[in-house]
Amino acid sequence: MLELKAVSKAFGAIVVAERIDLSLSSGEALGVIGPNGAGKSTLFNLITGMLRPDSGRVILDGRDITDLAPEDRCRAGIGRSFQIPLPFDHLSVFENLSVAALFGGGMGQAEAVQHCGRTLELTGLEAKANRPAGSLPLLDRKRLELARALATRPRTLLLDEIAGGLTEAECHELVETIRTIHAGGVGIIWIEHVVHALLAVVQRLVVLDFGRVVAQGVPAEVMRSSEVQTIYMGVPA
Amino acid sequence: MSVTAARDKVEIGRGAGAAPLWQVRVGTPLSRAAAIGALAVVVALVLLPAVASRNLIQDLIFVFTMLALAQLWNVLAGWGGLVSVGQQAFVGLGAYALFAGVVTLGIDPVFTIPLAGLLAAVVAAVLGPLLFRLEGPYFAIGSWVAAEALRLICAQFKTLGGGTGMSISPSDLSQMIGLKSAQALFGLRPAAARDVLIYWIALLLAVAVTLGITAFVRSRMGLALAASRDNAAAARSVGVRTGRIRYLLWIVVAFATGMVGAVVYLQKARISPDAAFSVTDWTAYVIFIVVIGGVRTIEGPMIGVLTLWGLITYLAQYGSLYLVVLGIIAILIMLFMPKGVWGEIERRWGIRLFPTQRVLSRTSCGSDLAKNDLAK
Repeated sequence: MLELKAVSKAFGAIVVAERIDLSLSSGEALGVIGPNGAGKSTLFNLITGMLRPDSGRVILDGRDITDLAPEDRCRAGIGRSFQIPLPFDHLSVFENLSVAALFGGGMGQAEAVQHCGRTLELTGLEAKANRPAGSLPLLDRKRLELARALATRPRTLLLDEIAGGLTEAECHELVETIRTIHAGGVGIIWIEHVVHALLAVVQRLVVLDFGRVVAQGVPAEVMRSSEVQTIYMGVPA
Repeated sequence: MSVTAARDKVEIGRGAGAAPLWQVRVGTPLSRAAAIGALAVVVALVLLPAVASRNLIQDLIFVFTMLALAQLWNVLAGWGGLVSVGQQAFVGLGAYALFAGVVTLGIDPVFTIPLAGLLAAVVAAVLGPLLFRLEGPYFAIGSWVAAEALRLICAQFKTLGGGTGMSISPSDLSQMIGLKSAQALFGLRPAAARDVLIYWIALLLAVAVTLGITAFVRSRMGLALAASRDNAAAARSVGVRTGRIRYLLWIVVAFATGMVGAVVYLQKARISPDAAFSVTDWTAYVIFIVVIGGVRTIEGPMIGVLTLWGLITYLAQYGSLYLVVLGIIAILIMLFMPKGVWGEIERRWGIRLFPTQRVLSRTSCGSDLAKNDLAK
């Protein structure tokens, strides 16, 4: 179980997170939406430790991880994909996963190989396992982001706009993959602009705007709420 | 392949457990042949002093020490992304440690070599936290500045010759361990026997450094290092302690570089701060070797060092013109073979003598499963 307690962060005068309270029960799938600049990626950076909050705490399974470095939070069970794919260009696709399994996942060599093989198969990258990651086209880079995060065997998986820029068919395939992962008991927080993809997976939806949580709850209700209508449709509240 | 099929197979994979579906290989039939070939070459080189002239022995000491320096710079900058222009700091420290050990403390030169490496490693451990605050080009400049500072510090030691330098007298080296046996073995005079002994030490260092780096690059730590170089933020997000691994690499490379420095100056038997901390001799040439041969390959530095040796031998009579030729060759290779000579060979023919990539494939029982899937 992951919890954020009154987490705040500002860059100078710009507040990117304002007293955010958020929790994810184990195995839950949570969607995060909000306009550009709402602080969605910042939220992920606060959870993964790329940013330290100015105030507030981040708790994972009852343990305060606010002062842990990103690598230790990964080892504690938080995996993430980046919005702009950041593959290890000079390593092969398999090696990208391998480093994640060996370090983030804490696996031995033999176990890591089998785990990476399965993960490549699940994410549809098996045929490209031995190609340099730098040579992959966009869709495969997105798949690699997902696969590498999965290779760390996370208990909580953070997905940052992983469906953006995909065709309808590719998006459908991705949704199925994420469902499979979720069905395996992995907790998911998913930031996404492609709302129909998100709604096909998540059980709960959070709306961020100007670094604040402006609405949360059952997806269908949240989508109908006046806050979302105001933000997305320009309908005054 | 449908997702349902994938899910079924994930279950099968987990359930079966006993029979692995995938395997990883680094070596190839070619690389095994290359390993045998390399072993034969090393054995031939060990025996070479029995027939070789003293000139050739001295040339090969140069080749082996430069090869070791090039492999070390390659792992630091090529695999680790730590583009240092200050490796002469550790060559110089190693050299000065050797002179201090032999001349002022009277330790046997052979035992002083690892101590020289130790001193370089300690200084690297102290400099590391300062230099690692700098990134990319700033780190390069910082490492150079640190080397210059160390040169000036070494020039302050009057007992070690101050700014003008000093020589080791032959009497200091006459008791060197193994010297008598080498003399007796080949019937040589002490000076020539000393060269043979240093030749073996240099060969040992070059082979150990090359083998060590090959093993390291193929290991899990080598993988983590390469990931840290490609993207530090992403590496940390998959659990790699990027800072620690770079720091350890920096120290270990300094240790080996210090030992090479000691060996180089044991052979020269004459030291001065300007020569021992020369950025041209110990970093520019080394970068030339790696860039010409092929960065991030084990084969590259071998090709590079032979190229440099050939150029120096054949162009020596033209004086400083040979530096111009060296520069032109470097520019041409960078323009037309940006990955170096070996990089180009690899690109054209896809061969690696000392491969480092881990290749994933299905085991026979894994591919049976895949076939069954296709049949469905």
